[in-house]
Formats: sequence, structure tokens, C-alpha cells
Amino acid sequence: MNSKSNNAEPDDGARPADKAMNHVARFDIFCRRYIEPEGNVVAELPEVTSDVDLLKRLYRQMVLTRVFDQKAIALQRTGRLGTYPSVLGQEAIGTGVASAMRDDDVLLPSFREHGAQLQRGVSIRELLLYWGGDERGSDFSGPRNDFPVCIPVGSHFPHAAGAALAIKLRGSDNVAVVIAGDGATSKGEFYEALNIAGVWQLPLLVVIANNQWAISVSRKEQTRARTLAQKAIAAGIPGEQVDGNDAVAVFTATMEALEAIRAGRGPHLIEALTYRLGDHTTADNASRYRDDEEVSLHWHEDPVSRLRDYLTAQNHWTKEDEQTLLEECRGQVDSEAEAYLAIPVQPVSAMFDHLFAVLPEPLKLQREYAMEAGKDDQNGGN
Amino acid sequence: MTKMAETDLLGAVNLALGRALQDDETTIVLGEDVGVNGGVFRATDGLQEKFGSARVLDTPLAECAIAGIAVGAATQGFRPVAEIQFAGFIYPVIDQVLNHASRLRTRTRGRLSCPMVLRAPYGGGVHAPEHHSESPEALFAHIPGLRVVIPSSPQRAYGLLLAAIRNPDPVVFLEPKRLYHALREDVTDDGKELPLDQPVYLRQGRDITLVTWGASTLEVLRAAEQLEAEGISTEVIDVATLSPLNDEPICASVEKTGRCIVVHEAARTGGFGAEIVARIADRSLTSLLAPVRRVTGYDTVIPLPRLEVKYMPGTRQIVDTAQEVMALS
Ligand SMILES: Cc1ncc(C[n+]2csc(CCOP(=O)(O)OP(=O)(O)O)c2C)c(N)n1
Ligand SMILES: [Mg+2]
Repeated sequence: MNSKSNNAEPDDGARPADKAMNHVARFDIFCRRYIEPEGNVVAELPEVTSDVDLLKRLYRQMVLTRVFDQKAIALQRTGRLGTYPSVLGQEAIGTGVASAMRDDDVLLPSFREHGAQLQRGVSIRELLLYWGGDERGSDFSGPRNDFPVCIPVGSHFPHAAGAALAIKLRGSDNVAVVIAGDGATSKGEFYEALNIAGVWQLPLLVVIANNQWAISVSRKEQTRARTLAQKAIAAGIPGEQVDGNDAVAVFTATMEALEAIRAGRGPHLIEALTYRLGDHTTADNASRYRDDEEVSLHWHEDPVSRLRDYLTAQNHWTKEDEQTLLEECRGQVDSEAEAYLAIPVQPVSAMFDHLFAVLPEPLKLQREYAMEAGKDDQNGGN
Repeated sequence: MTKMAETDLLGAVNLALGRALQDDETTIVLGEDVGVNGGVFRATDGLQEKFGSARVLDTPLAECAIAGIAVGAATQGFRPVAEIQFAGFIYPVIDQVLNHASRLRTRTRGRLSCPMVLRAPYGGGVHAPEHHSESPEALFAHIPGLRVVIPSSPQRAYGLLLAAIRNPDPVVFLEPKRLYHALREDVTDDGKELPLDQPVYLRQGRDITLVTWGASTLEVLRAAEQLEAEGISTEVIDVATLSPLNDEPICASVEKTGRCIVVHEAARTGGFGAEIVARIADRSLTSLLAPVRRVTGYDTVIPLPRLEVKYMPGTRQIVDTAQEVMALS
């Protein structure tokens, strides 16, 4: 992705002529990219890319994410899933970030990071269960210390700092990784968490999936800052941009950041530039506020075809490989969807059974009443 | 210009906002996605086009700032109508409302005031995602110096919202989103406001008083009809302005019927029903023929859509409770 086109206009003030004004500080933001659209290599590839299996794994995972996404939308459209936020076009971020993480790192995902969750080991059926409106989807089999998705935008940044504090206190070398959108960087919690993480040098990686939109509010209407990465600088934390549609760049940037953090060099922020190719959610109609033309232009940046083009150009990927992979992914997603659909609704008592470690005595009567009342279909908003 | 049009509650909110922007140039509308997108529910549809982006402002994603900016602008002679996209995201804003909006008049002995409205869609029953179904009215009703208003029909939404906007003090205006498209009626866009602090009789009766607000009016009115068929006559009151609560019409009704049930979607403990029961105990205890009962949401987190329906107080529960109450006297 052309990083220039995705940053707001320059806002540098003029350099003062006044001798009373002494230069104090200057900061730079860099944007990393190895592979551009159509799979062309634009910079010397990092070490990791010599591992073709790794590249293929990244590619497979992005394809799986996309096939899952399509299925989720289809289920929603046919009344078998709740409101769902598509991750179309942003697959390289979840895949790249989560692939660079260790199992014992802690992920705190925003509501759109199905790709990261999948890579972390949350199953497709669990993802569907959550978006289908069942809390058991957040009781996933993936890393048990990972957070459930965060719906109140940006409210999970401080949790990530808290998880990082726990890691630091324990003296281990794992890292808390939080992913959120461009819009989330306007929330107070974002600055508050970054600031504390900087002061305390917490093992925290903040990833901003900048998809240029927060529902109908464009990146430029969100902040006057030229980059979101520079917001980290204000907290004394390194901030960098990465082409979020280049899976290799996302993976490498995350890997390097995690290594630095593990080595005790404190928190880090990566702004991954991407584009939301779909509607905000299945309840949204993006044509109300953005041009179809803009969207089609960004299809050119598609992270999935970019890595495929690269792999193909390197003779690591064939049409047959592609066909086989698609069939595998579809088979897996379909059978997981079937499994999800077959899961019966929980009994009414489930509302009570996870409120407290032990249900307090005074709530037991209510629980009984609820179970009795719940037998009647005329109850409940009828 | 007076227009009459059939519309739903959402449309009525839109009409009232348009009217307020039209009639008073100090009125401004702000919030996330309220501009070109017209709000995620379309409550502000067309307003930016008509009144310009200086008066209908898309904000960055920052609820505390939205509320705080409304406070600041209100003190300087504007009438901000701020939208919080869902009530589930209003909690950080309580700081601005509790510490500032509702207190500036008191703190400055009237020198500064906050004629602002915070609108938010609230409530469950629409199969919304997590954190999109809460009913936080009691939290706000506990804040002195603040009005809490909840409409339950298109016409009342229109009149109450206009009154809220023109009111010299801060108002939290909670819109029951389950009612956004539930009923349509003729709404006259005549700029006439409805009185705040005035509960509304939705139905007159003699045996039992059913008190409610917001979307639960649907189930309560349905229950009232079923009870009527069984020979039990109910009086239904929509509280409309929860705070400050004018308990006069409620107590007058209870003194007539001798029985009362309060119905709300929010969790039971510390819910606003408790305040109503307390008022009845204060003023009308000796008129009671039976204990006052509540039919409410449970003291649980409102479940995600698959179980949600089992959380919502239903018609059957109201009817059953009414029969129990009748059987007690
Ligand atoms: C605190 C809060 N306010 C509003 C919303 C409603 N909402 C959901 S997503 C969203 C936009 C988020 O934009 P961004 O952070 O860029 O993430 P993206 O949706 O682009 O992935 C909004 C306003 C919310 N979920 N939480
Ligand atoms: Mg975004």
C-alpha cells in the first residue's frame, strides 16, 4: 500500500526564525514494505522469507480467514448468525501478527480480528458460536489467557497494559498484544494505556489495524495526525508503520517488535495500513458514505492475491495448489458451520451459572424462577 | 410549517431533531456517524445535508469527548444534542454527566448551566451484539440535577425530545430501540412539546395499576388486554420521565386500584422499579390491597441473542403476576 496516500496531509509548522526557539526534538516514522501489489518485491526480503513453508502457512491462514468470513456473512444473511463484522481485506494483519506470537503471549483482539483468533487456535465453530449469540464462543479452546473480543471500542488497551504488568511482575518473557482499529486511537483509554506502558516499560505490543474507516468516519476525519504510529512517540514508545496488506511485512515487524519487547526494551506500537473492503458490519451499508470507486481501487492492494502472486512468481505455488487449498478450507469451514448449527441453545440457568464463582444464595430463587418462566414461550419480549 | 405524517419512533426522533435545528440556530447535533451516514439507526438521516456540517457534526470515536464537548458548548449558549451510538458505550460518559453536566448550575449558583441532551438507543430484544442491549436508566436516575426521559410512542418521542432539547437543564434521553420500528402513527410536526415530569396514562382501569416505560409498554399493554378478557381491569402508566419522578399520577392510580405491578427490562436489584415501589410505600401504603410486585430483567448480565429472549420480561409473566396479585385480596 502506498503509505503516502493513506496518511493525512502534512501539518508541519514553519521553522521559527526566532533565536529564542531552540530545537529540542525531532521524530521520524517509517513504513515497512517488502512485497507490493502483484507480488513484486520492492526491498530485500527478510531472513524469515527463506522459509517457504512459513510463507505458505501465512498464505493458507489468510485464505482460511477469507473463506470463514464469506461463510459467516452467508450465515448472517440467512438468519443463522447475528450481526457480523467482516475482516475482508485485512487478513494479513491478524495472520501476520498472530503467527509471530508465541502460545504463551496474550492476545487482546478487537471485534474484527477473527483472523488473529483463528491463528491463535480459536476454532471456527467457536467464532461462529460467539457471533451467533452464545457466550460459549468466548470460552474458547485457544490460548486460555487470551481475552474475548472487545466490543466497546478501545476499552481493551488498558487491559493489555494490565496483562503486560502481570507478565512483568512475574518476570517472564511473554508479551501482551492488543489489536484495535484506527478509530480506537481516538479514545482516551488508548493514550492512557500507552502512557502507563511507556512509564513502566511494560511488555506490550499495540497493533493498530488502520483500515481507513471507523464506520462512516474516514481516517482523515478521525485525527489530524499524519500517522497513527506517531501517537506512540508522544508516550515515549517506538511507533512504526507497516504495509498491513503485506503479510511478510506484518509478520516481520511483529517478530522484531516482540523480540525487542522480550529483551526488555519496553512497549512498541505498529500501525498496519490496510483497507476495509467490506461494509462495517452486516448491519451497515457503506455505499451511503464512501464511493464504490475508492473500494475497487483498494482491491488492487488485496493482501491475499499479493502473497499468492509472490509465491506463484517464485514457483512455490500452482493453480492446483490453489484449488486444493480452497477445497480444504471450504470443507473445513462447512463442517465447522454444521457443527455450530447443531449446538443446542444453553438452558436458562446458564445466565446465572457464570455470574459468580459460586452463585450467592440470594440469587438461587431468581434462578429457579427464571428456569420455570423460561419454559414458557410466551415469556421473553413477547 | 405543520406537517402530519405517519411515522415510527425513529422517524419521530428525526422529525424532532430537524424541528429543533430549524427553530433554534443554537441547536447542534453531534456524535459518531451522525453526519453523512445519518446515524447507525438513521435517527439523524438527512440532517447534515439540510443543516450543514457545522451544526450536524461527525465526531471522532470518543464518547467522553462527545459528552464533555456538549457540556462546554452548552455553557456558552448552545443547545447540543449529542448521540451516544449505543447505551452500552455511555458508561465512560457518566463522569461528564455526574460530575459536570448535572452540577454546573449548582456549583455556580446558576451562573452556568447545561441545556444539553444526550440521546442513546437502549434496551434489548433486537438480537444485537454484546454490549448493545443494556438498560442503564437507573444509573442516570440516581444522578441529582439530571432529567431522564424515555419515550414509548412516535408522538411522545417527538414531543418529549423537543421538550428535552428546549429544557434549560441536561437531559438523558433514552430511546427504546426495540420500538424504533415497532409501531407507526400520525405525528404532527408542529413543534409542540410534551410536558416533562408527567407520566402518561396509556389505559384506564380499576383493579390493578401496571407501571412501566420504554419498550416494556408493548408487553404491558398486551398483558392488559389478556387480563381484560379475563375480567381484570388494568390501568397502565408510562412513567416517561423517570427523573425527577412525579409520583402523583402513579400514587393516585394505586390509591384507586389498590394493586400495582412495575415492569422493566433492566436488572431487578436497584432498578428504577424499586424507586416506584418506595414512593407507593411512602404515599399509598394504606390503600394497598396486595403487595406491590415487580416483573423485571434478572440480576444477570443480559445474555447474547441466543438466550436473550429468556431474559426479557414477557407478557405471560405480567399476566401471571397480575393473577397472583388479584388472588391475594
Ligand atoms: C466505545 C464505542 N463506541 C462506539 C461503538 C460503535 N462502533 C463499533 S465499531 C465502530 C468503529 C470502529 O472503528 P475502528 O476502531 O477503526 O475499527 P474498525 O471498525 O474499522 O475495525 C464504532 C463507532 C463501539 N463499539 N464502542
Ligand atoms: Mg477502522
